[in-house]
Amino acid sequence: MAKRVAIVGTGQTFHKSHRPDVNGQELINEAVVRALNDANLKMKDIDAIVIGNMDHFEGINYVDCWSVDGSGGTMKPIIKLTTGGTTGCTVAIGGYHLVGSGMFDRVLVIGWEKNSESDTTGAITTAFDPIWDRLVFAGAISGLAAEAQAYMARYGATDRDGARVSVRDRKHAMNNPHAQLRKEVTLEEVLASPMLADPIHLLDVCPRTDGACAVIMASEDVAEKICPKPDWIWATAVRHSYSYLGDADYGRLTSMREGSQEMFKKAGIKEPRKELDVIELYQPYSFGGLIWIEDMGIVGPGEAPQYIWDGNTDMGGELPINPSGGVISCNPIGATGLIRCAEAAMQVMGKAEGRQVPDVNFAFSSGFGGCWWTDMILHGKKKPK
Amino acid sequence: MDRAAIIGVGMTKIEKAKVGETFADMAWEAVNKALADAGMTIDDIDNVVTTSSDFWDGRTISCMAVGDASGAAHKNVSCVEGDGTYGAFYGMTRSISGSYKTTLVTGHSKGSQSVSSLITNAAFDPIYERGLGMDMVTACAMQARAYMHRTKTTPEQVAMVSVKNHGNAQKNPLSQLPMKLTVNDVLKSEMVADPLHKLDCSPVSDGCAAVIIAHESVAAKFKQKPVWIKGVSFCADSFFFGDRDLSRAKSLTEAAQKAYAMAGIKDPKKEIDLAEVYDAFTYQELMWLEEMGLADDATAGKLLEKGEFNIDGRLPVNASGGLLSGHPVIAAGLYSMAAVVKQLRGDAGGYQVKKAKTGLVHGVNGLGGQSHCVWILDKDK
Repeated sequence: MAKRVAIVGTGQTFHKSHRPDVNGQELINEAVVRALNDANLKMKDIDAIVIGNMDHFEGINYVDCWSVDGSGGTMKPIIKLTTGGTTGCTVAIGGYHLVGSGMFDRVLVIGWEKNSESDTTGAITTAFDPIWDRLVFAGAISGLAAEAQAYMARYGATDRDGARVSVRDRKHAMNNPHAQLRKEVTLEEVLASPMLADPIHLLDVCPRTDGACAVIMASEDVAEKICPKPDWIWATAVRHSYSYLGDADYGRLTSMREGSQEMFKKAGIKEPRKELDVIELYQPYSFGGLIWIEDMGIVGPGEAPQYIWDGNTDMGGELPINPSGGVISCNPIGATGLIRCAEAAMQVMGKAEGRQVPDVNFAFSSGFGGCWWTDMILHGKKKPK
Repeated sequence: MDRAAIIGVGMTKIEKAKVGETFADMAWEAVNKALADAGMTIDDIDNVVTTSSDFWDGRTISCMAVGDASGAAHKNVSCVEGDGTYGAFYGMTRSISGSYKTTLVTGHSKGSQSVSSLITNAAFDPIYERGLGMDMVTACAMQARAYMHRTKTTPEQVAMVSVKNHGNAQKNPLSQLPMKLTVNDVLKSEMVADPLHKLDCSPVSDGCAAVIIAHESVAAKFKQKPVWIKGVSFCADSFFFGDRDLSRAKSLTEAAQKAYAMAGIKDPKKEIDLAEVYDAFTYQELMWLEEMGLADDATAGKLLEKGEFNIDGRLPVNASGGLLSGHPVIAAGLYSMAAVVKQLRGDAGGYQVKKAKTGLVHGVNGLGGQSHCVWILDKDK
C-alpha cells in the first residue's frame, strides 16, 4: 500500500427492530457521533466520507447527498458504495483504498439501514434477473435454504448442526449491549420454531433491524497519534463472481474460498485456524456458520459440525466466532458488514468489553450478499510490513 | 503520492431506447471496446468498479446485472452509486493505493426503462419536499431562474448553449441528438418548467461507458498513449434547497480549486484547453463554468455569444455535444471523461479541438448540482 491504513475509532447505534424516534439522518448521526467520540476527533478532522445502504429499503435516492445533515458531509467529499448485503464490508474496503491511496488522512465510513421502513423481501427480490431468477428465488431465504439443503445432502449434516450455531450466536449476543436480539435459546427451541424454508427455522435466521455503524480510518501518518493501539488493516479481498443464481455451486461458497485464499496469501497467513484469533462472520443464517468456515479453510469440507459441537468457536474456545452475537442477533443490512468490521477492530484494539476475546493478534471480518458474494477484511494488532 | 493514467475508453452509441439490449449487453459492448482501445484482454484487468443506481435501474443491487458482462468474475470488484466520475475516482484510488494495477470502471443507464420524475422525486426529503411534486426538472428550473436573475443572463444566451452543443454533436457519431438549431428553435420549443424549454433539457438516453485506469508502473505497457490524471476532487453542498444559494455552487468551486491545486494549475482560464462540463440543462454549463473559475462571475453568457466556448474558441466546452445531446445518467461522467481522453490523444475525429494538452472533466451527483466531481487530465505526465 502507498499508505498503511488503520481503524482508529468505531461507533454503533443500539440496534432495534424499529426506531420511530429518529429519521435516517438522525440514525446515521448517532453512529457518527459515537465514532468521533471514540477516536476523540471532531467532524472538521474528517477529510472524506464513504456511505452505503440499499436504496430500495428506505426509498431514498442519492443517499450520499441526502445524508449530509446526519453524516457531516456538508462541504466534504462524500461517495456512495452499494453492493447489497456486502455493502457494509464494501464501504469499509472503500475507506481503506481512499486512505491507502494517500488522497485522504482520515476517512469516515458509514453503513446504515432502516429496515422498518422497507418491504425487505420485496426489495431484495428485484435484485435478480427478471426473466430467469426472480420468479424462482424470491428474496434471500430461498437461496439460503437451497444452499443448506445441498450442504446437508453432500456431507450428511443435519438441522441440529445448524441449530447449534444459532444457540452459540444467540448466547454470545447476551454479552453485546448493541445487539437487537438478546435472548438465549436452546437447541430444542430452535428446532421447534416455525419452519420458514426447509431446513431454516425462524431461530436459524437473522431479524430485520434499524441501525447504523460508523468507522474512522486513518493513514499511518496520523493513526497512532489518534489512537495509541489502532486496528491495522492487513488485507482485503472481494469476490462477486455471479450474476445469475443458477451459476453457483450450491453447498459451497466459492466467493469465500477464492477470497480468503487470496487474502491469507497477501498477508502471509498459512494456517488460518491457528493464526486467526477471532472471526466476525456475516452469517445471516445458522448453516452459513458451518459451510462458510470450511470454505474459509478453518476446517475441511464436512468437518465444521464436529468442530462447532466441540465448542471450538464458542467464547473461550480455540477460535471464537461472532462474539457480538453476529448477524442472526442483529441485521441492519447496509450496516451489518461494517458492524462486523467494527467488532473485529474493537477486538484487536481491546475495546470489546464484555465480549472481548483475550490477546487478539489477527481478526477476520466479512460481508455476504448479492449472488453468493463475499467481501472480507483481515485486521491485525501489529503494523503490516 | 503515486500517479495513475487512463489507458483505454469504450462507449456504446447513446440512443433513445436500446430495446434489444439488456444492461449486461450494453456493458459487454462498452467493456470490449475499452479493452480493444487499450490493447488489452480481460485477463490484463485485475479489478473492476461498476457504477450504477438501484433507482435508475429499478433493481436492488443494480451492479449484479452487469458484473459478469464487465468481466468481474473471480476478480476484486466494487460498485459506486452515483455519477461515473465518482466511480472513476474510486477506481483511481484502488490503483494508486498500490492494491491493484489496472482498474476497469464502467457506468450504465437505461433511461428508456426509467420514470425520471418519480426517480428524482425520491431524492427529495420524503416529509417536506416530495409531496410538493419536486423533481430534477422543476428543481433545476428554480435554479435556472435564480442564476439568470443574479447574473442577468438572458434566455437567448442560455438557449445558445443548446444550439452550440447540439451543433457539436453533429460531429460525434456516438451522440443521440445531433441537431442544427437556432436560438429561436430553442425558445419556441415546448415549455417544460419555466424557464426551461424542451431544448434546454437533456434527453432520456440509454448507454454504457467504460474507462481503464492504470497505475503509473504499468501505464505505458499497453497500446495507448496514457492520459494522465493530474488532479481530482469532489465535494457536496447542503441537502435542503433552503440551506443553499441555488444560484451558486460553492461545492463546485471548492472541488475545482482543490483539483487545480493538485494539478499545479494557477490560472485555469489560461491553462485548461478544453472542458466537458455537466450540461443536463443549458443554464448549467454557464453557471458551472463561472463557479469553476473558467469564466468571470456573470460573464459566461456573454463569452458564449462571442464564441469563446465553440470548438474553435478560446475554451471549447462540450465539444462532444455534451449531455444535452445524449444523457445516460450515471454513465454521463464516464462519457465526458472518455471525450476528454480522446481529445488529449488527438482521437476525437470531427470534434477534435486544436490545442488539447490539458482537459477538464466535470460530473454531478444530487439535485441541482449538490455534489460535484472535477478532474484535470493531461497529455503529459
